[in-house]
Amino acid sequence: MGVEIQVHVNGKSFQNEVDPRLLLVHYLREVLGLTGTHIGCETSLCGACTVLIDGHPVKSCTMLAVQADGAEITTVEGLSSLPEAGGGLHPIQEGFWEKHGLQCGFCTPGMMLAAVGLLRENPSPTHAQIRRALDGNLCRCTGYQHIVEAVEYAARKLRAHKR
Amino acid sequence: MATAAKATKYVGKPIKRKEDPRLVQGIAHYVDDLKLVGMLHMGIVRSPYAHARIRSIDTTKARSAPGVVSIVTAEDVDGAIGPVPCGAMIPDMKPAPRPVLATGEARFVGEGVAAVVASDPYALQDAMELVEVDYEPLPVVVDPEKALRKDSPRVHDVHADNAAYRWELEGGDIKKAFKQADRVIKVHLTNQRLIPVAMEGRAVLAQYDRGDNRITLWSASQIPHILRTQIAAMLNFPEYGVYVIVPEVGGGFGSKLNVYSEEALACYLAMKIEKPVKWTEGRRENFLATIHGRDQIADMEFAVKRDGTVLGLRAHFIADLGAYFQLLTPLIPTLTGLMCVGPYKIPNVRAEITGVFTNKMSTDAYRGAGRPEATYFLERGMQAVATELKIDPAELRRKNFPKAKEFPYATATGLIYDSANYQGTLDLALKKSEYKKLRREQAAARKSKTGRLMGIGLGSYVEICALGPSSAMPSGGWESATVRIEPTGRVRVLTGSSPHGQGEETSFSQIAADLLGVTMDDVIIVHGDTSAVPYGIGTFGSRSLAVGGTAMYRAIEKLRDKLLKIAGLVLSEDPANLVLRNKQIVSKRDPKKSMSFADAVGAAYTAKALPPGVEPGLEATHFYEPTNFTFSFGTHIAVVDVDPETGDVKLRKYIAADDCGNVINPLLVEGQLQGGIVQSVGQAYFEEAVYDDQGQLLSGELADYAIPRASDLPWIETYNTVTPTPVNPLGAKGVGEAGTIGATPTLVNAVLDALAPLGVRNIDMPLKRERVWKAIREATAGPSGRPRRAK
Ligand code: FES
Ligand code: FES
Repeated sequence: MGVEIQVHVNGKSFQNEVDPRLLLVHYLREVLGLTGTHIGCETSLCGACTVLIDGHPVKSCTMLAVQADGAEITTVEGLSSLPEAGGGLHPIQEGFWEKHGLQCGFCTPGMMLAAVGLLRENPSPTHAQIRRALDGNLCRCTGYQHIVEAVEYAARKLRAHKR
Repeated sequence: MATAAKATKYVGKPIKRKEDPRLVQGIAHYVDDLKLVGMLHMGIVRSPYAHARIRSIDTTKARSAPGVVSIVTAEDVDGAIGPVPCGAMIPDMKPAPRPVLATGEARFVGEGVAAVVASDPYALQDAMELVEVDYEPLPVVVDPEKALRKDSPRVHDVHADNAAYRWELEGGDIKKAFKQADRVIKVHLTNQRLIPVAMEGRAVLAQYDRGDNRITLWSASQIPHILRTQIAAMLNFPEYGVYVIVPEVGGGFGSKLNVYSEEALACYLAMKIEKPVKWTEGRRENFLATIHGRDQIADMEFAVKRDGTVLGLRAHFIADLGAYFQLLTPLIPTLTGLMCVGPYKIPNVRAEITGVFTNKMSTDAYRGAGRPEATYFLERGMQAVATELKIDPAELRRKNFPKAKEFPYATATGLIYDSANYQGTLDLALKKSEYKKLRREQAAARKSKTGRLMGIGLGSYVEICALGPSSAMPSGGWESATVRIEPTGRVRVLTGSSPHGQGEETSFSQIAADLLGVTMDDVIIVHGDTSAVPYGIGTFGSRSLAVGGTAMYRAIEKLRDKLLKIAGLVLSEDPANLVLRNKQIVSKRDPKKSMSFADAVGAAYTAKALPPGVEPGLEATHFYEPTNFTFSFGTHIAVVDVDPETGDVKLRKYIAADDCGNVINPLLVEGQLQGGIVQSVGQAYFEEAVYDDQGQLLSGELADYAIPRASDLPWIETYNTVTPTPVNPLGAKGVGEAGTIGATPTLVNAVLDALAPLGVRNIDMPLKRERVWKAIREATAGPSGRPRRAK
């Protein structure tokens, strides 16, 4: 009944037999114990569960674990091991800390991964572009303005890093 | 006073939060992240009917489903779990206790009917669908005005009607005020039902240890101690055997300031099965069965002089309470009554509230809790007065504000406003928004042929914060702190406050470090663990810093005095001349006389040479009882453009000028304001809990209930003035709810100001495109040739 999958999560390889109906977010949280990826709705509306799949932000509650077979996944726990983090906090994590981009922190992992996805495609986004890119990620605490500033902070830092 | 503000290494600075590193790395733990050996999962089968008799429940099929461990219904828990507690007492109130599982009848959609426990969440979902409930639908009442009619179906058979209570308050001479008035201006307004939508839903994990006869309950709660007491009472279990732990909480906004049936059920089932039981609320359940907020209707009459002076206010509020009482359900609307005169000198007032039962989820404390309603009604009223009397809304407000020197100011509703300068925040908002320029731009737009509808909205508010003196609070309004300086010189603060995003680990550390002359890293703030922390009240009502912070401040003072006494003996110096600074205790007169903080702490523990009467050790507890509430205030200004073709509202600019007293950390204050204002944007423009006439929640998912997204918002500018409160030594008032209180009327007034030339006087919130469009169409003779409607 179980289906064999192999995934690379935060640079490590995992092989598991999973129930075909297991959601990817449950696989990450319950099977791998990576609880930094949160669940805010399970209906692909809130973005709390956003992870990077092959470099692109994806809501991990919209996907089955079996569909992720062979994929390269980055969760919040893996942000600081990305090359641009330089061994410390990733610039986006730093940005959220510096700019008070989080309050309760529940939306934050998903927000940060959506932002990393944006910055890979557009290293110098305008405020409007940041806001649009984060429209699939809901935050009830911050009112978003500090999140916009956090993403700008990370963009600046990442651009400097590239130079 | 304000000694805390004087020593300024940390206090008053925009310090980055201590809690963030764990949160941004995804290594913090919310309840759903916890896993215990043998843990089972609980699910609640909920009523699909708003009102129905439960004829029978057949669990046979479900019981034999794979993974199912236990199923209970009302019958099984009868006598074993008491009803959900309600802490509010209003004279002649009809009781409406909520059984933990629907008993005999279900009275709203989403009411729990059975609890199922299974080995894994997927098996649980399958099994819940197999529970067969035979319902006999009963007549439903959803509209609170209809619920008050004689022929309305009754929510509770045992009561003669749906009026849960009547509450009234009178101050001054209301009859005389209306006799003396030049004009009486009336408004009829609705403050719609909202759903708090914390991004983390509720979550509960309960464990029972038979050897110790102990229940440990992890819950996403704002009130760990009250929860402990109430769970013990509901289960008739000794309170000393109940341990509540609140780990990281993903937002609350009042929705977790409660005691819920699921918390008691999980404990009961964990005891029964002797395995840990977890329940994690789904988003749909969060919409249906976590408390809602607002839902009031107001009829107000303003007695005014021609020059705009408001002589009196008569108000009647209908408050939709839902089907049952949760912890504070009946109490919340009374805050609307208490705050109905807002920041104005309205010497004569009469307020009446009718609380009503309907077949809906209970309303209770949603961010602001009663005060956003009061402020919305009042500020909409003031807008109407300004429009009717053709007075600039800013001038109308200025005319009716008490002057700064009149504080402390006693209101006709019986409150004492501590300190304020309302003109100050009004002027600041006017200046920062370039108000005169905006009005000129508006005048030009109105004259031009483009049909551009520009609106400028004002809202002034006063927020009752720092709840509050115990005399006014059902559970007591104090807060506790224990401060322990450990032998190595590190400082452990145990606070009864229970933050869930507000950043008190940071702000409390700032205060503690400054008072003791240590670094913030030397301080740890512990909260949310009832076995570690002395009994506390919790985090809500903009109270944690002003009340909980003051408790800590007082406890630290005791320790500081003790340390200085000990150092005084060692240094042969009068303790009054000693100060704590940079981990040293130094004499102000003679800087050569100094010793390290660590040595003084060490001396307290080794206890070889203590001054007479000084006990060894360094621990102090303070239960702080505030003498009054504190009252934050401000004025907000919003600028909108309304598209006459589509009804689209574009929020162009938002300026907030607030005063919450002394600011401990401007970053955190700004965060609270930004978040609150955006929740107001939600109420003003997007959000509404819509029930159909059969009591089905139509906006029961994030897809249908639109909370603001990032791109819905303009840049929000916040400014502040500082008027310290004399009520507490920090001079801090509170800011958690200011945004949701001040912003909603501001945002609506802006749209109405834009539409004023068309004669539009009211649109009910939320001001969705179609409502605005319809109002424009009805006000102008549209292509359909419909006549202009008289307003
Ligand atoms: S949990 Fe996946 S989008 Fe909300
Ligand atoms: S920080 Fe709480 S939901 Fe975003």
